[in-house]
Amino acid sequence: MEGKAIRLRGLRKVFGRTEAVSDVDLAVSDGEFFSMLGPSGSGKTTVLRMIAGFETPTSGTVELDGQDVTALAPFERDVHTVFQDYALFPHMTVEQNVAYGLKIRKVPKADRLRRAAEALESVRLEGFAKRRPAQLSGGQRQRVALARALVTRPRVLLLDEPLGALDLKLREQMQIELKELQREVGITFVYVTHDQDEALTMSDRMAVFDNGRIEQTGTPAEIYERPATPFVAGFVGTSNLLTGESAEHVVGKAGTFSVRPEKIRVLKETSDGTGGADGAAAAPEPGHTAATGTVAEVVYLGDATRFLVDLDAGGRLTAVQQNLETSSEDVAAYRGSRVRLQWHERHNFPVTGAT
Amino acid sequence: MSETEPAAGRSTARRLAGALHRRPRLQLSLLLSAPLTWLVLAYLGSLTALFMSAFWTTDTFTSNVVKVWSPDNFVTLFTTGVYRQVALRSVGVALAVTVVCVVIAFPVAFFTARVAAPKWRPLLVVAILTPLWASYLVKAYAWRLILAEGGLLDWLLSPLGLDGPGYGLAATVMVLTYLWLPYMILPLHTGLEQIPDSLLDASSDLGARTGRTFRSVVLPVLLPSIAAGSVFTFSLSLGDYIAVQIVGGKTQLIGNIIYSNITLDLPLAAALGTVPVVIIVLYLLAVRRTGALSSL
Repeated sequence: MEGKAIRLRGLRKVFGRTEAVSDVDLAVSDGEFFSMLGPSGSGKTTVLRMIAGFETPTSGTVELDGQDVTALAPFERDVHTVFQDYALFPHMTVEQNVAYGLKIRKVPKADRLRRAAEALESVRLEGFAKRRPAQLSGGQRQRVALARALVTRPRVLLLDEPLGALDLKLREQMQIELKELQREVGITFVYVTHDQDEALTMSDRMAVFDNGRIEQTGTPAEIYERPATPFVAGFVGTSNLLTGESAEHVVGKAGTFSVRPEKIRVLKETSDGTGGADGAAAAPEPGHTAATGTVAEVVYLGDATRFLVDLDAGGRLTAVQQNLETSSEDVAAYRGSRVRLQWHERHNFPVTGAT
Repeated sequence: MSETEPAAGRSTARRLAGALHRRPRLQLSLLLSAPLTWLVLAYLGSLTALFMSAFWTTDTFTSNVVKVWSPDNFVTLFTTGVYRQVALRSVGVALAVTVVCVVIAFPVAFFTARVAAPKWRPLLVVAILTPLWASYLVKAYAWRLILAEGGLLDWLLSPLGLDGPGYGLAATVMVLTYLWLPYMILPLHTGLEQIPDSLLDASSDLGARTGRTFRSVVLPVLLPSIAAGSVFTFSLSLGDYIAVQIVGGKTQLIGNIIYSNITLDLPLAAALGTVPVVIIVLYLLAVRRTGALSSL
């Protein structure tokens, strides 16, 4: 059995009267890229700060490498953090910033400078050593913060929305670089983000937070394909829930079901009566679920088109289709037209704890 | 609606505003003419007069100013031991006041800016500034009473078998520190308030204990604020001559010598007056290197 870099047991944090984190149990394996995803105020950053030691839990324990560190100060933990605002020391050069942790550990100067240079090289910032943080762009500061946190080879690296301040293109590039870097150094990464795409593309495993609790933990595929709660279904990917009567009509079973928009095929309703006006699933292909409805809105996305369809059975589904042969004019013609939606039965994923 | 608007546009005030809008230079010169006149005539003019009169001399019999150019006053200044001593003592007092102010102001500012609950902070700042509302003379004379022989300070210290410092150099430094402390607390408060929490977290995260974070992060980042505050405490102390008259005993500072020479030998007083100006210019040049002036 592989080692657990981090283990949180019954972690709770109360600020005044608000409970920011309630009963969080979590285990992160060695060398894992683990994301904590959730909207702002969901407690994910507070959990991160408790792992780092900046906040003391109201109750519960934090274990690093099997050792209880709940009572230890940040400077006694073998964990480093990359802050959202980078937190570079403005009065130091890039090199001094990166070497700061080594200097505190009393690493000899020559050794210190060599390792700082290596760390800067690993984030492709050679030649910036003598600059000040104020002279760098946002992306470059980000890399300095990474190099500074990695240079002492901590057991765990905590990243608090590190790409939040970057523009989209740079963010996508940094996502790939971060992932590569993590594979290279083999350090456990705990990555806090509110961006579901970021969490899905980068993580080995992830936890979805809401209201201070973990809603679901799993691999990105598990979370996306089989959301455990309506919140997860809505927060990760587009919310597409069939509930109540409409679920009974369409799926044929009671309960709440989640279907991902890209699984749904949009077909023109044929005149041979394959779309019953009663809203019942009308003669779908074997092993498929089908529903008829009226296209309420068409959104052209360039590479794909999003259809919002009001079902005859009640409720609304979103379907996304690749624009393989269609163009913006073609899809616009769909607005207000009758369609038949069809998807494979296995994509009906039952969601528990529905409201 | 559109019929009535052009009519409004034709009023004299609007036409003037429009004309000014099209001539930004004229607008700027109107804005600055009054303060510039004041600065040039009253401020630079008096400084120039000071410098010029420093090169005049005084008739030793009549005590009248003789407007003949001569560097004599400056020669006297540099060759007379007493003047050099007093100048050095004045700089020493100003530096001592500045250092004591930093030492006292830092914990106060740290508390008001980072420890106290945010809702109390504005109130605390007001409390710190309140003494500035009281008259300088009242405060200085209050200290005269406190420091008097058998006064409050002696009485407080007597159970410990100690005496107060009495009037003199130490008393001068104490009173000046008391008078100018708010000018040091304020920039430190602002500076400390602006340090992001994450900077302190990052230092601690990278392994630094509290003392190390203070030395390696807080102090260097705060240096411009300290320098800014020191500009006030240093220059105000260097120019002061009233506090030292009230609590300084026999102590003479450069301000006292200037003051006592004004009626006797105005040109010499002027020459003496240039000394603090030069020292403060040198001090500002030194402070500029810390980047403090850009944060004032």
